[in-house]
Amino acid sequence: MEITFLEGIRQGIAEEMERDPDVFLIGEDIGVYGGAFKVTAGMIERFGERRVVDTPVCESGIAGAAIGAALMGLRPVAEMQFSDFITCCFDQIVNFAAKCRYRWNAPVPMVVRAPSGGDIHAGPFHSQNPEAWFARVPGLKVVIPATAPDAKGLIKSAIRDNDPVLFFENKALYRKIKGQVPDGDYTVPIGKAAIFREGGDLSIITYGATVYMAADAAAQLEKEGYSVEIIDLRTVYPFDEEAILESVRKTSKAIVLHEDTLTCGIGAEIAARITEHVFDCLDGPVVRVAAADTPIPFSPPLEKAFLPSVEKVLEKARWLLNY
Amino acid sequence: MAAHPEDVLFPCHRDMAMYFIRGVTPREVFAQYMGRIGGLTRGRDANMHMGDMNRRIVAIISSLAASIPVAAGAALALKYKGSSNIAWVVFGDGATSRGDWHEGFNLASVQKLPLVMVCNNNGYAYSVPVENQMAVANVADRGPAYGVPSEIVDGNDVFAVYEAAGRAAAHVRSGNGPYLIECKTFRMSGHAAHDNGDYVPKHLFEEWGRKDPIDQLRRKMLENGWADAQAIDSIAAGVLREIEEAVAWAEKQPYPDPSELSRNVYEEPCGFAWNE
Repeated sequence: MEITFLEGIRQGIAEEMERDPDVFLIGEDIGVYGGAFKVTAGMIERFGERRVVDTPVCESGIAGAAIGAALMGLRPVAEMQFSDFITCCFDQIVNFAAKCRYRWNAPVPMVVRAPSGGDIHAGPFHSQNPEAWFARVPGLKVVIPATAPDAKGLIKSAIRDNDPVLFFENKALYRKIKGQVPDGDYTVPIGKAAIFREGGDLSIITYGATVYMAADAAAQLEKEGYSVEIIDLRTVYPFDEEAILESVRKTSKAIVLHEDTLTCGIGAEIAARITEHVFDCLDGPVVRVAAADTPIPFSPPLEKAFLPSVEKVLEKARWLLNY
Repeated sequence: MAAHPEDVLFPCHRDMAMYFIRGVTPREVFAQYMGRIGGLTRGRDANMHMGDMNRRIVAIISSLAASIPVAAGAALALKYKGSSNIAWVVFGDGATSRGDWHEGFNLASVQKLPLVMVCNNNGYAYSVPVENQMAVANVADRGPAYGVPSEIVDGNDVFAVYEAAGRAAAHVRSGNGPYLIECKTFRMSGHAAHDNGDYVPKHLFEEWGRKDPIDQLRRKMLENGWADAQAIDSIAAGVLREIEEAVAWAEKQPYPDPSELSRNVYEEPCGFAWNE
């Protein structure tokens, strides 16, 4: 049946809570209020206060408590009200959760969910894309779905995963994106990209909300006679290196697109991998399209200038296609 | 012991005894310190950064107060499972200045989690004395602000600490939420081996030296006729022999093979061509 991106996440969480009594939710305003974006609406009525824990405002306390519960064998799903606030628990995630398995063989099967991304005029502290801060921390997995079925299938996989998973939810997609979700116990593997659109002239490698930006650009380029392939990474780390390389081997031209800022972003790593592994296949430089290297401004014209756009993608794509 | 065998322990970096009561051996400890395979982390981490969930001991990380929210989470898991076991977390005076300490303590109290908080107040956070760390006189003074019963105990008196731990465990095990014990003691050295502690007034070492907890225990045992001097000396000599044997054993253990480097970052290798 067709559901929204948000409903995909909610269904996935609820199904895992039904399936596994060790799964519980912890976060700010997730109970009676149902979460700032209502992702957990109805959960406390359905599963009770024991399994839907409303906490004080304490991101580090939430992340730390999730780690402790996970060490004890539970499967906590912690919510950051906005992904921007994850900075408050950076130490818990990066130094505690990420390193327990490696240091002393103690698995930390936890999920940290966090609404991320801009284009909603919410300013510097409610719009950031923090994936690159975490994608270079060995021991963490970073998942960013773009479609409703992937949102459901990946949150279920994240909850079942025996390593700490950061699950960033592009908040602009919550109610805008709808999709058919297969019936039954539907999961999507972590670490596998999807070919969102097949094409032969140019690969656009992206994830999250900018998958749709790439799709709009691809539709326009099709009218201009070009066929664009879109790789939706779905997992930002450990990302699907082979899917990326396979696409670039076919198209010989690559754009890496993300909503996070440009410098030292995921795009830099992917561009490096492409040039290291399939340089001989390339017919042009790997091009990055990303947000400007500034904080995210509030005022709509400034935010528009900050964010990548279909126009910016088209400009770079046309340049590269004619290279 | 006030702690039950299935209680979850969060020792800090000055709590070697908590490892020994759970069966960690001196051999494992020395191999750990030497970065050998026989250590609890197989050379992945150093010194007191060791844990073992089979023994219900959680390893610290270097930003020490980070253990407090994690201990709250372990306590939450125990409560979630309906267990009668509790969690014990140890920290120094220095940790109580960090936000994590307050977040974890508050969360544990609000959620009435089964957590005993044990402060080893040894007077100094590295080089900073307690009076420059906090504007209240005692760590225990922080407890009432969180609605947590808190007591101060002579940390050099084994029996006083034991009794306080029993009171704490009784309170916590009955579902009343956390309990804070502040053990007043003194750090009889610098922060670590590199630090001679020359910023500490000499007279403090002399005063606290006279209150050595092991000497006090020995005196009490002799006074009460629980053991004679010969028996105590024999135990001490046995411990020294065990240590020497453990050091010799650890020195013979192999270092981890470099091929182990990428193992166990994740449950499954992440599949990049050059990383695995």
